[in-house]
Amino acid sequence: MEYKDYYKIMGVDRHASAEDIKRAYRRLARKYHPDVSKEKDAEARFKEVGEAYEVLRDPEKRAAYDGLGMRKPGEEFRPPPNWESNYGGRAGEGVHSDFFETLFGGLGGRSSFRSRGFDTSAQVDVTLEEAYRGAQRALQLQRLGTDEQGRPKPFTQQLNVRIPAGVIDGQQIRVAAQGQAGAGGGPAGDLFLEVRLLPHRWFRAQGRDIWLDLPVTPWEAALGETVRVPTLGGRVDLKLPKGSQTDRQLRLKGRGLPGNPPGDQLVLLKIMAPPATTAAEEALYRQMAETLRLNPRQAMESST
Amino acid sequence: MTDPVSALVLDESVEFTLSELCSACSVAEQLVVEIVAEGIVEPIGAGPQHWRFSGIAVARIQRVVRLQQEFEVNLPGAALALELLEEIERLRRSRGR
Repeated sequence: MEYKDYYKIMGVDRHASAEDIKRAYRRLARKYHPDVSKEKDAEARFKEVGEAYEVLRDPEKRAAYDGLGMRKPGEEFRPPPNWESNYGGRAGEGVHSDFFETLFGGLGGRSSFRSRGFDTSAQVDVTLEEAYRGAQRALQLQRLGTDEQGRPKPFTQQLNVRIPAGVIDGQQIRVAAQGQAGAGGGPAGDLFLEVRLLPHRWFRAQGRDIWLDLPVTPWEAALGETVRVPTLGGRVDLKLPKGSQTDRQLRLKGRGLPGNPPGDQLVLLKIMAPPATTAAEEALYRQMAETLRLNPRQAMESST
Repeated sequence: MTDPVSALVLDESVEFTLSELCSACSVAEQLVVEIVAEGIVEPIGAGPQHWRFSGIAVARIQRVVRLQQEFEVNLPGAALALELLEEIERLRRSRGR
């Protein structure tokens, strides 16, 4: 098992006062609490910080921890042979590291009272295509069990979950009775999954609506031609209204994420100007200038 | 692969009574009554016995309760934090457009 440097995790020195430790914890909680943080691996950091605080805030545990002496973090660690774990660890409150469980997990830490297990939560990353069609996910869940001596021991369990079609960003999915196991024959808690829609190369989701920037040529827009448009459900033909300008929004009803009602796909036209690199192309542009006589800055000129 | 377990999407189409909501969120009824009084979730129906909550209420209640407990703030403070966080998330999402 790896040694954990709780002082380093909390960013305080070994002589820090109780107030210093509390202040450091508060600061780190605001930074890494999964409810407020957008930092990468915030949840893992928050658990680590919480574990460090649980030891350093308690004078007895802190003294016992200090008694182990200083070691390098990550160093292979075995508890001293005379180590007596009698801290009455509160099993089920969350998953601690092996290091913590061995030192402070406590014998018979599990309550014999019948109680419901804690709810657990995890984030699932879902692509837009998966949100459209539904998906299956194999989740690796950190669970808390007991070893042969009845001590709490973390283990990993794989769970296959079906993600229904039509999930949107930030949505919660409840998987009943797949949270922490209950104690004394009590029911298990629930597992809550938070959906995070992954960015897509072309599409952007806003609720159930899907936005797409669609590049078109000036003649397709001016003449009102029919163009092929990708949607999550496959390509569709879209007839552009004659004389469309750039940034015009066209709605493909019901082509967004499924639901009741389903979302729409919103197509934003982006007119692309062809480059003029040859003499013939330049001549064509000059001819357009003569014939089309467009002044796109007219409004600006008349108002000044 | 073992058979996948079924999952319930907590969206507007799901409805909870007060006691169903309390067991879904693992909180006491009195706390939900206070949370409703704070305007954090808005059930339809007159009076707690007739309240119906949408599935979206579950995430908001769990989050406001965690904020309240873990940052040791009162309910109005947690509600303010929740709304500011949701606003930041909305802005982040629309900036991605």
